[in-house]
Amino acid sequence: MNFDGWLLFEISLAGLGTGGLYALTALAFVMIYKATKVVNIAIGEMLMIGAYLFLAFTSTLMLPIWLAIPLSLLASALIGGLIERTLIRPMLGESPISSFMVTVGLSSILIGLVELIWTADQQRLPEFFPSKPILIGEAFVSPKIFYGFGIALLFIAVVLVTFRYWRGGVALRATASDQAAAYSVGINVPKVFSLAWMLAGAIAGVAGIVVGSIGGVSSAMGAFGLSVLVVVIFGGLDSVFGALVGGLLVGVIEALAGFYLGGEYKILATFGLLVLILMVRPYGLFGTHEIERL
Amino acid sequence: MTFQTSNPILEVQDLTLTFGGVKALNGVSFAVAPGSITSVIGPNGAGKTSVFNTISGFYKPASGVIRFDGEDLAGVAPPQRAAKGLARSFQNIALFRGMTVLDNIKLGRHCHLKTGPLGALFYSAAARREENELRQEIEERIIDFLEIDHIRKSPVSALSYGLQKRVELARALAMKPKILLLDEPVAGMNREETEDMARFILEVRREWGVTVLMVEHDMGMVMDLSDHVVVLNFGQVIADGVPATVQANPEVAKAYLGSGDIHSLRERFQQAAQVRRSA
Repeated sequence: MNFDGWLLFEISLAGLGTGGLYALTALAFVMIYKATKVVNIAIGEMLMIGAYLFLAFTSTLMLPIWLAIPLSLLASALIGGLIERTLIRPMLGESPISSFMVTVGLSSILIGLVELIWTADQQRLPEFFPSKPILIGEAFVSPKIFYGFGIALLFIAVVLVTFRYWRGGVALRATASDQAAAYSVGINVPKVFSLAWMLAGAIAGVAGIVVGSIGGVSSAMGAFGLSVLVVVIFGGLDSVFGALVGGLLVGVIEALAGFYLGGEYKILATFGLLVLILMVRPYGLFGTHEIERL
Repeated sequence: MTFQTSNPILEVQDLTLTFGGVKALNGVSFAVAPGSITSVIGPNGAGKTSVFNTISGFYKPASGVIRFDGEDLAGVAPPQRAAKGLARSFQNIALFRGMTVLDNIKLGRHCHLKTGPLGALFYSAAARREENELRQEIEERIIDFLEIDHIRKSPVSALSYGLQKRVELARALAMKPKILLLDEPVAGMNREETEDMARFILEVRREWGVTVLMVEHDMGMVMDLSDHVVVLNFGQVIADGVPATVQANPEVAKAYLGSGDIHSLRERFQQAAQVRRSA
């Protein structure tokens, strides 16, 4: 392979690294959408909360990393559950646009909270990834992105296995498929709603810690959620597979556009993709078509 | 006029259900004898499905008591009602689309599984035993019985309407029900499918000893199968008894057909308007 080939490979790898995190966060989004039919625009802010919780546990409380990670995930999950109980549950039965607007408000509240507690300044998370550069062939991959991708893959696998085999996961899929039927076979649907938000909170927390370790944390890091939104619209709001494929693809497209066209084209490329997909397949590549009931 | 039942398994007393100002159910009372097949019939909009939804806990009645197995069900959430042995099917099939027939039926047992998440994760001995018992019961009894062995691995969305209804019945049976609430089990079926379903309902009662309460429009089937028929009209019970007496009841014929005389038609419209006004 010539030099340009390796460069392309290297950039694509970096793109895949970000893409893995998009995919993981998109998974959290899809989980909420499937179970509760809420379009959660605050997913990026939930991710930010995870990162700041990690910052609090490590820098403020000086806990060791191995303890801080599970604690921040647990706390993120609890916050996810709290959001469901206090903001989403009362919206049950309201129109989808109303609960969507609630999540718009939620994102502002979360940003405000972060700025109140930690100020709006950018901060660094403690380093915990090995710093030795990774070489794949002649392509250089930043260790943070490499390990971040690994963590994303690991958690995606955990989530998929959980969905498939754990009873709670099965209950979640059943609820996503038909709420009345789920109720009638003895599935505690409200509990499943809470469970979905808690799992999504924890998953977003994982992504938040990794994203924060790569690029630092700030009250603006929820903007990561914008790309995730493109990912889920691209893959289909209710498609786990779509979230994974969409995440990786958007990551690579952003990286390529950023390198060959310049950094300012990154977002342009992402949203160009969004416009394209909305024109061609508005329900996403793998999403279910809405079926009109007569 | 009331059908006398000693020690009913399910007893509905003076049930009233309102939606906004409309009284969907108005003082409905009836009792279901254990081991019986009881049918609730009535013209469209009479409140049949409302009765079902109130019994399974989807709707909260404004007043009245539902007693199941001697226990008042007020304040018992639908999942707990399922665990107590109340299973139901739906008028518009409610299956888990995207899952296979077997997965759908297995989910019926959800309310009885004891294994926690950790046990399932490590596939503990207890979890394995539970899973094996479940498989045996479901595969050997329910699937064989309902003659759906050939489709167990198929996704439910690929099945015909009649088969989907049968899978729904299988899922309800997997819940080890004491009483089976069937909401229009043969609606939209052809003659052959209807006869199959009628046979299954009779055999469910014989083999499992399950009490059946159904809502159905197919008069032939209702009269053939039922031990006891309750007729609703405008949210009220207008007749209650064995099929023959109910059939002979002039009120019932009037509710279904009208009496053929213009005054009584006017009377019916006025009655309907009154129900709406009083509500």
